[in-house]
Amino acid sequence: MLILTCPYCGVQAEESELHPGGEAHLKRIGPDGNDDDFEAYLFARKNPKGVHFERWRHAYGCGKWFLAARDTATLQVYGTYRAQTTQPPQEIIDKIRKSRPDWQPDWSPEKVWSSEKGSAQ
Amino acid sequence: MTYTPPFRLARGGRLIDRAFQLPFRFDGRHLRGVQGDTLASALLANGQMLMGRSFKYHRPRGPIASGAEEPNALFGLGQGGRFEPNQRATTTSLVHGMVLGSQNCWPSLDADIGAVNNLLSPMLPAGFYYKTFIHPRPFWKHLFEPIIRRSAGLGRAPKERDPDSYEQAYGFADLVVVGGGISGLTAARDAAGNGQRVIVLEQGPEWGGRTPADHTKGTEAIDALLTDLRGRDNVILRRNCMATGLYDHGYLLAREALADHDPNQGIPRQRLWRIRAGHVITATGALERPLSFACNDVPGVMLASAMRDFISEYGVAPGQRIVVVTNNDDAYRTALTASDAGLDVVAVIDARPGASGELPQAARARNIPVLTGTAIAKVKGSRHVEGVALCDQAGDGTITGGVECDAVAMSGGWSPVVHLWSHCGGKLIWDEGPAMFRPDPKRPPLGADGKGMVTAAGAANGDLLCAGDLELPEAETMPVWVMPQNAPYKLRSKMWLDFQNDVKVSDVELAAREGYASVEHTKRYTTLGMATDQGKVSNINGLAVLSKTLDQPIPATGTTTFRPPYTPLTLATIAADARGEAFQPLRKTPMHDWHQRHDVSWEPVGHWRRPYCYPRGAEDRHAAVNREIMAVREGVGTLDASTLGKIIVKGPDAGRFMDMLYTNMMSNLKPGRCRYGLMCSENGFLMDDGVVARLSDDTWLCHTTTGGAERIHGHMEDWLQCEWWDWQVYTANLTEQYAQIAVAGPKARVLLERLSGNIDLSAEAFPFMSWKEGEIAGIPARIFRISFSGELSYEIAVPASRGLELWQKLHESGHDLNITPYGTEAMHVMRAEKGFIMIGDETDGTIIPQDLGLHWAISKKKADYIGKRAQSRSHMRDGSRWQLVGLESLDDRVLPDGAYAVDEGKNDNGQRKTQGRVTSSYYSPTLNKPIAMGLVRHGPERMGQVLEFPLPSNEVMKARICEPVFFDKEGSRLNG
Amino acid sequence: MADALATIARRSEFGMITIRADLERAGDAIAEAAGLPIPQAACITRDGSLSLGWMSPDELLLLLPVAETARTVQALEQALTGEHALVADVSDARAVFDITGPHAGDVIAKLCPADPDALPRDGLRRTRAAQTAVAFWHIGNGFRMIGFRSTADYLDRILNNAATPGSQLAPG
Repeated sequence: MLILTCPYCGVQAEESELHPGGEAHLKRIGPDGNDDDFEAYLFARKNPKGVHFERWRHAYGCGKWFLAARDTATLQVYGTYRAQTTQPPQEIIDKIRKSRPDWQPDWSPEKVWSSEKGSAQ
Repeated sequence: MTYTPPFRLARGGRLIDRAFQLPFRFDGRHLRGVQGDTLASALLANGQMLMGRSFKYHRPRGPIASGAEEPNALFGLGQGGRFEPNQRATTTSLVHGMVLGSQNCWPSLDADIGAVNNLLSPMLPAGFYYKTFIHPRPFWKHLFEPIIRRSAGLGRAPKERDPDSYEQAYGFADLVVVGGGISGLTAARDAAGNGQRVIVLEQGPEWGGRTPADHTKGTEAIDALLTDLRGRDNVILRRNCMATGLYDHGYLLAREALADHDPNQGIPRQRLWRIRAGHVITATGALERPLSFACNDVPGVMLASAMRDFISEYGVAPGQRIVVVTNNDDAYRTALTASDAGLDVVAVIDARPGASGELPQAARARNIPVLTGTAIAKVKGSRHVEGVALCDQAGDGTITGGVECDAVAMSGGWSPVVHLWSHCGGKLIWDEGPAMFRPDPKRPPLGADGKGMVTAAGAANGDLLCAGDLELPEAETMPVWVMPQNAPYKLRSKMWLDFQNDVKVSDVELAAREGYASVEHTKRYTTLGMATDQGKVSNINGLAVLSKTLDQPIPATGTTTFRPPYTPLTLATIAADARGEAFQPLRKTPMHDWHQRHDVSWEPVGHWRRPYCYPRGAEDRHAAVNREIMAVREGVGTLDASTLGKIIVKGPDAGRFMDMLYTNMMSNLKPGRCRYGLMCSENGFLMDDGVVARLSDDTWLCHTTTGGAERIHGHMEDWLQCEWWDWQVYTANLTEQYAQIAVAGPKARVLLERLSGNIDLSAEAFPFMSWKEGEIAGIPARIFRISFSGELSYEIAVPASRGLELWQKLHESGHDLNITPYGTEAMHVMRAEKGFIMIGDETDGTIIPQDLGLHWAISKKKADYIGKRAQSRSHMRDGSRWQLVGLESLDDRVLPDGAYAVDEGKNDNGQRKTQGRVTSSYYSPTLNKPIAMGLVRHGPERMGQVLEFPLPSNEVMKARICEPVFFDKEGSRLNG
Repeated sequence: MADALATIARRSEFGMITIRADLERAGDAIAEAAGLPIPQAACITRDGSLSLGWMSPDELLLLLPVAETARTVQALEQALTGEHALVADVSDARAVFDITGPHAGDVIAKLCPADPDALPRDGLRRTRAAQTAVAFWHIGNGFRMIGFRSTADYLDRILNNAATPGSQLAPG
């Protein structure tokens, strides 16, 4: 049973206090999107063995959704961060890199490196 | 020879107190043990060596171990609801008055008819069932399986309710040390000295592990450690607490026995600990391995360590003339212990070519004959050891001599207990010297920080000489997997690996020959390691034999997977307190007790209990529902609607957010007005519905379904927090703040006007689909003029603490109006009469609003709402989806809910094609006929057509497609 | 018969108000209207009959004598005029229990996956007790726990079961 630290209230919560929400950083496809993009958004979920970004809600706590960077094979937690961002913050990337130097993000890297706080806007 | 007295030695027995006699009953016989005995030692002290029957061949079995690995001495313990099967005699402390019975034998342990299987054993090798019962195929299900099932399963499940209580608790520690032996206590002391919060778990009632029994001054060393640890307030020492499994991120489960088999204490019998450990040290020791020689399963043959435990710890004699057979020095301790206790040690049979260490020399010094390079060719005796035939270990079993004896202590070396290490992904390495798998410190189980979360210590880490200064030097163990080395088949087919499941060396060899090269496959084919000890005794010996047969090194074969629990847990311990009234939270409305007092028939809705109906006198539920409906249609009724979700949505962007949440427009709802709304998932499917009231310019109140409040509130927060986090909207789930009462029926207004208040309830001042705030019956209230029954109806929300008061005032004032409480079923029937959909009846998670003819509630103007994009996917628009219609039964019978309407032709599986199904079906007392709704392909275009609904009885019911609104299509009754 | 591990007492004299707002921006206004300083994250501030608990980054729970609830709701709404905020009386939505006595922490430890020993004196922990959501914090010789009204009987049951005489967690 996992333990994750809620970045809002600082509580180290166990899995039974949390509600899982699947893959993080999905980009919503609205009424203007085409069928392929919409299908990818709604159904095609990543299922990597290794570094993964997930949504969790501190359901039995402050009620806030947060995001976790985690290794699905070793269960190492690289960090948790607030949900109000479209990409993992730099400090999380750095933590992943420290443990997994060969890891490459699957989004365009210039975005990651160019913005200190990710591109929350 | 037979097992002869004196069974209880005149002196010795570190753990027993002879002054306290404990009577107990075994298979109807009245026996006595003493304080400190285990069941095994108490039975031995009564001369009872025969303690069980093996599972397959029903061979007689005595205890071979003295601890948690015991596979033979298992009993049904207790009586009635407290009966528990498969209790290990070696780890169960004797309690005054205990009642135990033997298992897997009939009519008795002594005269077991099933033992005929033993004579058939040459015909019952590994895989026998698989090979024999496969043809003819149909026989398996109807003939073979029922017979085999009847004889399968060890022990019998209790039939009565367990009268004991159980509990659970959460624990937190920087370090949990599992194992209270010398390594565990030492590790705990070191960590405690560094200020860490330490918990030490010991599975048994005694501290010290093997140290007190195996080392002079061992007790003193343990006592010194305990004194140190007890003086520290950052250390918790917990005995009788078995660490059952280790899971992700240091989550350790442990079972603490508080009042096992002693119900008089009045406290929970067992406690399940859920401990979050920063780090875990496994100091779980090692288990001794048997040696594989012919007839090593005869009662009286036991592990060398077990034999010295029985002698030194419990003061019982497993025999008077003892042979020790070994491949290591440690087993000589048994010879010395037995000799010290005055027993006759006939010989030590050592498979190694030489034995010159301190322990063998000490044995020789006491004139105990030591025969090196020697093996046991065969144990003589069937129900008890009578002697052993000897041969050369390097040979083929040719007998070179023999001795008479009545007990054999065997030691094939030691295997570290690596279960917890392995549960969560720790890897093992094969250590050639001592011939053991031990934890690989380079590949430990990982914690949340990516670092190793477990450290193995002492014997559990492969360090068999872990007692420091107390240890004597020991010569190396010689791996002996078969004794003698070149034993012929005749001997190998009598060498037991798994004593409970009757798996022999020859069975594993057969499996290998038949192609079972994987250890996991061999396990399942032979049942090796599938006994209640889960391979603790048999695992390493079995896979060594498999490796040899496959001609590959042992690490290439590997081990089977170690899975929790370490020893079996009762289901009651896992359930802990969650039984009876604490099984799950039962949610009660403020009027719950009133309903209960009025003979309510409950309906569970989620965790809520809602009144289904209120039967009166001899009424059945159906009659009660009909009466309640007619009372509402003709007079006035009250429904407890408190369970409906009530969520406030407030803020400058609330209107915009509401428009995204609901399919229809909510931002243009006027304050003071109500609107019915539909909520879809991003997938386009209907997930909830309810009436929305606009409370003020920036505030909306969303009513959800009973089961939906928490889910929908979570849905709202998800979108607000994760998608539109820059929108200024706050939500609050106020479901439980209010009691809500629906007052429905043509006389609803008359009734409410009788209660004092400041709200004008007239049709002109208070139109349909509006709400007002004020006071009624002296209670602050918000009243909504909405209707789910089609009648004139007011839903009144008051603070929950005043809900009962309002409910009672309504009933006091409405006597002459025949005011009637009505339940959920009356509500359901009335809404179906009106053709209103119900989430969960007309919807099942695959239904879009368009399927239900709810186009009027889907905004065409809005650019977006949650689910809009999905509803434009091709299969959502292709016109062939099943759509909502009414269904009129052609006879007087009610269509079965969920019945399918069949179509012409058959599908690829030869089943009739379908074209629709019934979603709601009731008898309508209002119309005095059955009514139903259903989803039918092209349904709305097929009015008047007749559909066929085959029933399981092969009868076919017919129904005509009609409009789904059965009653008061004009809505004239809404105004009373 | 030994005593129960703790005394479980349901308390009904509290009013409760949920306040949602940007605590940085509106904190001073709330503090003034509530009569208590804004608590740090996962903490609770107290003064006499008033307590102000931190429930989430944008949510507080004010506990006060029930008779003062309506007036205080008004005062808070007034103080937050012009501010994006939500104030709601939730007095009737909650159930309050006091768990007091020498082994009160044991009762918490049997029900909640949260370490009562690690809770600061002014800490407030939201978690679950068995299968229902709760929050708890220290009071004089034990803890105060809030849960939901609908499951108050369940909460009462599991708290009392956990307090079974003789079942303290310290090894015997």
